[in-house]
Amino acid sequence: MSRTITLTTPLTDEDVEALQIGDTVLVNGVIYTGRDAAHKRLVDLLTAGQPLPLELQGQIIFYVGPSPARPGRVIGAAGPTTSYRMDPYAPQLLALGLKGMIGKGKRSPEVIAALQKYKAVYLGAIGGAGALISQAIKAAEIVAYEDLGPEAIRRLVVENLPTIVINDCRGNDLYEQGRQQYAR
Amino acid sequence: MRELDVKEITAAVKEAAITANHELGEDMLQALARGLAMEESATGREVFRLLLENARIAKESRIPICQDCGLTVVFVDLGQEVHLVGGDLNEAIQEGVRQGYAEGYLRKSLCHPFTRQNTGDNTPAVIYTTIVPGDRVRLMVVPKGGGSENMSRVHMLRPAAGLAGVKEKVVETVREAGPNPCPPIIVGVGIGGTFEQAALLAKKALLREVGSTNPDPELAALEEDFLTAVNNTGIGPAGLGGRLTALAVHIKMMPCHIASLPVAVNIQCHASRHQEVIL
Repeated sequence: MSRTITLTTPLTDEDVEALQIGDTVLVNGVIYTGRDAAHKRLVDLLTAGQPLPLELQGQIIFYVGPSPARPGRVIGAAGPTTSYRMDPYAPQLLALGLKGMIGKGKRSPEVIAALQKYKAVYLGAIGGAGALISQAIKAAEIVAYEDLGPEAIRRLVVENLPTIVINDCRGNDLYEQGRQQYAR
Repeated sequence: MRELDVKEITAAVKEAAITANHELGEDMLQALARGLAMEESATGREVFRLLLENARIAKESRIPICQDCGLTVVFVDLGQEVHLVGGDLNEAIQEGVRQGYAEGYLRKSLCHPFTRQNTGDNTPAVIYTTIVPGDRVRLMVVPKGGGSENMSRVHMLRPAAGLAGVKEKVVETVREAGPNPCPPIIVGVGIGGTFEQAALLAKKALLREVGSTNPDPELAALEEDFLTAVNNTGIGPAGLGGRLTALAVHIKMMPCHIASLPVAVNIQCHASRHQEVIL
């Protein structure tokens, strides 16, 4: 039986070390959104030696480009996008103290190695469950790159956002393990 | 000649885009319910339960099923006895998309390939128009998500590869996609034609009702065989391991050049959205 662990950001090394693949993690607190275009801009800033528009130490980035909020609502649908597109950028952000990423789909060997090196975790949310996942988001505001529309960096406040540990900080991979268990 | 004002087409496309993004089709709801009953993995069953819950919330609370509200593909079957008046057919469709994505609070997901500047209104839609007999216009509005489209492939095989080669490419495409395209998926397979026709056949194959039997008995048997092979990958719901990686394999086939054996695999996520309107 898998465990359910409730975590609140910012995360510490100890929080990450306690996680194993298959654990259900309910994420609480402040997290940031970011996907393709925002990642490119962040890494371009790092390359140019410029400061980032957000502090990454202990934080989690959720790979999501939400649909627009209807009037009176916090956000629209907000499920994970496919993570491999952020693989070229993720190790540089992990080196700055980013502790977690929420997305869906496989990560590169370089990202899995960076999770071990910097003690961080990759959490999977259920792709295509954007209406359901949006219910866990209690506040949302744009903190950078408003011109990117759905790809702007947003600061979210979440309550018990449901995720599962896909890659822990010891090199394990739930996708690989799960597939092997049912392959014929 | 029956006259039809293109304003009616704009209105129909707008409504269809909004409905498709909020209401999963009955065939998909039934397929997810069957998956919940059939899946051996406990985690996989939980995924099916959550996807059914997601569909319910989307419809009742008017939140899109998925934040990726898709690139809008529109298939138009234009009856040859219809005289369109009041404007340009293609522009009328683009205007319907523009209005639907604005008024439906749907995500605008199109951008310039290099600058990545968002076009801001989800246009241009991709439109395929076929002239058909009759005095009706049939519109099929298909919001297609990027995650599953990215995992789709076209292969130009040697004829010597034969059926076994086609099957291998279908399974390989699904295996390499793994958890990325949001399984449980629908696999659209186009065999034959030209390079682009194979891809179009694969996309059209996705539009058939999930759970229906291919009217061609030879293809129906192939679909069953391919589905078993695809599900033996073990990828499972949400890629977390399980028996059901795909809910269906749909095949469309046509003759090809004596030198060729094109096969296209178009992957569709479980948010399989399409809305038909007949005017």
